[in-house]
Amino acid sequence: MKRMIALVLMIGLLIFAGSLCAEEKAQPNAPAPAAAGPAATPAPADTAPAVAPAPPKIDSGDTAWMIVATALVMLMTLPGLALFYGGIAKRKDVLNTMAMSFVTFCIVSVLWVLYGYSLAFVGDVGGVIGDASKFFLSGVGVNSISDLAKTIPENIFVVFQLTFAAITVALASGAYIERMKFSAWVLFSVLWMTIVYLPVAHWVWGGGFLAKLGALDFAGGTVVHINAGIAALVGAIVLGKRREATLMPGNLTLTVAGAGLLWFGWFGFNAGSALASNGLAGAAFINTNTATAVAALSWMVVDWFYAKKPTVLGLASGAVAGLVAITPAAGFVNTSGAIVIGLVAGIVPYFAVAIIKPKLGYDDSLDAFGIHGVAGTLGAVLTGVFADPAINDAGKGLLYGNPGQLMTQLIAVGVTVVYDAVATLLIFMVVKAIVGLRVDTEEEITGLDDSQHGERAYNM
Amino acid sequence: MKKIEAIIKPFKLDEVKDALNAIGVQGMTMTEVKGFGRQKGHVELYRGAEYTIAFVPKIKIEVVVSDSMAEKVVATVQDKAKTGKIGDGKLFISSLDEIIRIRTGEKGDAAI
Repeated sequence: MKRMIALVLMIGLLIFAGSLCAEEKAQPNAPAPAAAGPAATPAPADTAPAVAPAPPKIDSGDTAWMIVATALVMLMTLPGLALFYGGIAKRKDVLNTMAMSFVTFCIVSVLWVLYGYSLAFVGDVGGVIGDASKFFLSGVGVNSISDLAKTIPENIFVVFQLTFAAITVALASGAYIERMKFSAWVLFSVLWMTIVYLPVAHWVWGGGFLAKLGALDFAGGTVVHINAGIAALVGAIVLGKRREATLMPGNLTLTVAGAGLLWFGWFGFNAGSALASNGLAGAAFINTNTATAVAALSWMVVDWFYAKKPTVLGLASGAVAGLVAITPAAGFVNTSGAIVIGLVAGIVPYFAVAIIKPKLGYDDSLDAFGIHGVAGTLGAVLTGVFADPAINDAGKGLLYGNPGQLMTQLIAVGVTVVYDAVATLLIFMVVKAIVGLRVDTEEEITGLDDSQHGERAYNM
Repeated sequence: MKKIEAIIKPFKLDEVKDALNAIGVQGMTMTEVKGFGRQKGHVELYRGAEYTIAFVPKIKIEVVVSDSMAEKVVATVQDKAKTGKIGDGKLFISSLDEIIRIRTGEKGDAAI
């Protein structure tokens, strides 16, 4: 016991001393950037506008917000999505389900700095893909700035986009759990991020052909949610049904915690997609919260009438459907638009999950398609209806006299769905040939925690 | 000496326990169990879809008493655990060869 106390004291002292050193180091440096930064002191701020065509400058307010937003989006995958999915999984599969999100975040983190960022967000080759000029982040210095985010360090933009790529791949896992080999998932993550996510992100956000066409996708309805939802559907069909397809949530309290963390992190996802600390971020923030709350309530009401009970999983699912649907619209619609989108998001995915899924018979274990694919599509289409130029002059929807926008949205959705479905199918065939897709019957019945990882979540 | 095992509805546990205490039963063991009988499982609803859960959660209590007490215990449990609806459970009564109190080594009725 004494040793323990001594140890704790030692560690405490070290941390304290460390922070003192850091402060000491920081102090002499502090005046230098403050004098250089335009926003820090009034005097240089006054002189800044005088220098007319200033090159893009890093803004400390934008940078601070985007660092926080990036960390918030990271939280969505780990532990947000891991908890949300893990809690609905069976007791014997919860660790494997969480591991899928965990390992994907790690894989994408590495691939993103090796080549992912460059291929999605740097340059443009025929409107289809970026170029190789920033492989290994070569040329990305401490103070470099991307053309796509002109007031923050490029490093922050790289990580911000990385967290989107990671959660997109992780979302698809919800359709595959309780039967897919872990090795197959690892290989799938690598291939799918490379072959599907990178081009689609480039098309919509990196200056590719859908961006040039004028498709609106504020924070990733098409790139993230439709993309992940279609991959989920195709994968679920190829993998086939689980032997025990009954939903037997191992611990729904984890799911509620996960839904809360997703909601919280989504403020970074949507408001962060303004890429600045400004009024647009504020609009995206309030739209996100409004639509999510409305969707959770509308899902609850439908549940209450249709299934006779207002389930807690329903509240959590409705909230996530609302978050998904408002994602492409967050920085384009006004409050009424957000409310309508939330309302629809609590109803249509409900019936997709409760009626269409059982009728068609595919086994989307955790409704990754039913919620993300369906609500993502709704959001993308409704953005074309409700985009209000008073919120963001970049988007003018059907209700504001621009029916063409709806058409553009439909084209963007259609192209993504077709490309994604075909590419995902091919990826699954490759993965099947190399490592196989499913665990065997015994491993599936014993549970994937034990068979894939040699562990159990709960010991009694 | 008799061992009485009763499978009952979980919400009836306290009532049964208190009633058995009142008639002088000194101890019991209870376990959370799952099973099915003519009720054939029950239905749970997740995201609007019905799932039939084959095994219904129940409580199993085990009581060991002297032969003279057995009938009274059975009657008490039956009375207190009954709702009159399907799924009230069952009682199993069996004779015991021996009982030993580990601490003292007492045997038979003295060990109850």
